[in-house]
Amino acid sequence: MARITLSGLRHSYMANPSQDADWALKQLDLEWDDGGAYALLGPSGCGKTTLLNIISGLLVPSHGRILFDDHDVTQLPPEQRHIAQVFQFPVVYDTMTVYDNLAFPLRNRGVPESEVDSRVTEIAAMTDLSGMLKKRAAGLTADGKQKISLGRGLVRTDVNAILFDEPLTVIDPHLKFQLRSKLKELHQRVRRTMIYVTHDQTEALTFADRVVVMNVGEVVQIGTPEELFEEPQHTFVGHFIGSPGMNVLPCRIENGQAVFAGQTLETSNKAGAGIGLNEVGVRPEHVRFARAGLEARVVKVSDAGRFNIVEAECGGHSVKLLVKEGESIPSETTRLEFIPEKTRIYQDGWLAGRRSAS
Amino acid sequence: MNKTENQKAWFLVLPVLVLVAFNAIVPLMTVVNYSVQETFGNNVFFWSGISWFEDVLRSPRFHAALGRQLTFTFTILAIEVPLGVLIALAMPRKGIWVSVCLVLMAMPLLIPWNVVGAMWNIFALPEIGLLGNALNALGFDYNYTRQPGDAWFTLILMDVWHWTSLVVLLAYAGLVSIPDAYYQAAKIDGASSWAIFRFIQLPKMKRVLTIAILLRFMDSFNIYTEPSVLTGGGPGNSTTLLSIDLVKIALGQFDLGPAAAMSLVYFLVVLLMSWIFYTVMTRDDEANQ
Repeated sequence: MARITLSGLRHSYMANPSQDADWALKQLDLEWDDGGAYALLGPSGCGKTTLLNIISGLLVPSHGRILFDDHDVTQLPPEQRHIAQVFQFPVVYDTMTVYDNLAFPLRNRGVPESEVDSRVTEIAAMTDLSGMLKKRAAGLTADGKQKISLGRGLVRTDVNAILFDEPLTVIDPHLKFQLRSKLKELHQRVRRTMIYVTHDQTEALTFADRVVVMNVGEVVQIGTPEELFEEPQHTFVGHFIGSPGMNVLPCRIENGQAVFAGQTLETSNKAGAGIGLNEVGVRPEHVRFARAGLEARVVKVSDAGRFNIVEAECGGHSVKLLVKEGESIPSETTRLEFIPEKTRIYQDGWLAGRRSAS
Repeated sequence: MNKTENQKAWFLVLPVLVLVAFNAIVPLMTVVNYSVQETFGNNVFFWSGISWFEDVLRSPRFHAALGRQLTFTFTILAIEVPLGVLIALAMPRKGIWVSVCLVLMAMPLLIPWNVVGAMWNIFALPEIGLLGNALNALGFDYNYTRQPGDAWFTLILMDVWHWTSLVVLLAYAGLVSIPDAYYQAAKIDGASSWAIFRFIQLPKMKRVLTIAILLRFMDSFNIYTEPSVLTGGGPGNSTTLLSIDLVKIALGQFDLGPAAAMSLVYFLVVLLMSWIFYTVMTRDDEANQ
C-alpha cells in the first residue's frame, strides 16, 4: 500500500530525442493517493501504456522519478515494486489449473502452502472462480481468464497497486458491463490503488474516482468524471468526453468577449489578450432552440434513443445539440441559444483564464 | 427436403484419385504383390503366401537391424530435441543478429544429403580429415572405418550437425510467437527463469515441438543416404540401419520377395510409431476441449 508520486517524468523510445514529437511522454507530475481508483484515458498512442509500464517497472523513464510513498523505485524491477498488472490480452498459465494460476505468485515468493490455500480460496470466492478451481486455465473463456489475471494480483498481500491495461478489449460486450461492475465492487472491498488505462470513456468514467485525460504525451486534465464533463479545461477533453463531444467553434475576441457568426456571446469566462487561436466551446446538452439568438439551419437529425442529435449549420460551422425525444424540431431556419454559464472561451486549446496549468 | 440425385460429383474427385493411385497405391501394391510370391528368374512367379513375412519377422538379421535403427533414432532424438530447444532459447529475439543466426542455422539443412555424407566421410578420416586427425593428435585411438564405436559416434555427430537446426528453427518460431505480456506477467508474478521456461515457453512450444519430433522421428527412421555414404553400413554390419539392410537384400542379393515383405514391415513400423508419438503428444489438447 502506498501513495504513488510521479515527478518530472519524461520518456522517449529514441536514444537522442531532439524534437517535441520524439517524446512519448512530454512532462508529467502526478500524485496518486493510496487506495484510489484512477483511470488514464486517452486515444491510442497518447502515451498511457508507456506511463503504465513506467509505473510497473517494465520501462525505465528517460527522465524523472517515481516514488512509492517516499521510497524512490525508479530503477527497481517489477518484482521488487510489489505491483500487479492485468494485460489487454488475458495472460494465464495454460498448463496449470485455475487454482495453481492463482497460487503461482505466492508460491514464487515462498509463501507457506497453508497460507496459499486460504488466500486462493478467499480470492477465488471474490472473483467468482470458486467453482472452477480444479479446471485447466486454458479451457476458460476470455472473461474467466481476465478474472484469473486479476486474481493473481489480488491474491498477494504486499501489492502497492493493481494496474489495468485496457483489460476489457477482448471481452464480449454483454460481459463487459458485468466485469466492470465486478471491478468496481472489488475495489470497494479491498481498497487497493487501482490504475485503469483505457481509450473508452464509459469504462473510465464508471470505474474511476478520478480520471487523468492524456493526449499526445501529456496530461490535459485530471478530475472527477463530473468535472471533466462540466468544466473541460481543454478543447480536447471537451471533444473526447461526451457523446457527441463538445462543439468547438472558432471565434473572434472583442473586449474579452467572444464573437461568433456576427454575434457577441455571453460566456462564463473572459478571454485574455494576444493569443493566436480563439474558440468557444459548448456541449450539445447546453444548446437549445430559441426565439432570439444565432441564426441556424437544421441539416440532419439522428435518433439516439431518448434523445435526438440535431446537427445545425450556423455561421458556416456545424453545431450539434441534443433535443429530448418528443420535443419538436424546427425544420429549416431557426435560432440557437448557447447557455451562457456553460459556454466557455478557449485560447490555443486551453480554457481562457484558468488558474493552473493542469 | 428434396435431395437431388447427382452422381457427377464423383468425377470431381477423380483427378485426386488418379494422382494418389499413381504415386502411392500402385507402387505399394506392386510391393505387396512381390511380398507374397516367389521367383526363380525369367519373370516366373509362384504364390508363396505369408512365408516371406514369417521369415522376416523371425530373422535375427532383421531384429539386429531394427535394434540398430531404434538405437540410432532414439539417440539422435534425445540429443537433437533438448539441444535444439537450448539453442533456440539462446538465440536473440531482436536486432540484426536474428537474421545472421537464422541463416547460419539454415545452412546445414540446405546441403544435399549425399554431400553431407561425403563431407563427413573425409572430415573424419584418421589420416587426412580435420576431425579424425585432430582426435588422433589428442591421443584418442579414433578410426571410424575400423571401430564400430567410432563409426556410431561419427554417424550420430553427423546427424546432430545436420538436423538439430530443424528443431532450432521450429522451436524458435514457437518462442517468438509468445506475446511480451506473458514475460511481463511472469516478471510481475516473480517467476524464476526455470518457471518461465516450464510454464510459458515449453507449453507454447509444444505444438511445434510435436511436429519437430515427428519429422525427426520419421526422417531418422528412414535415413539412408548419409550413413550409406559415410560408412556404407560398416565396419561389418555395425551401422547397417534398416534402409541400408533393405537395399542390400533387394538390390545386392536381388531377393525381391523377402525385400518386399521387409519393406512392408518397415513401413508399418514407421506408421505405427508415428501414430503412437502423435497420440501421446496431443493427448492433453483433446482432454482440454
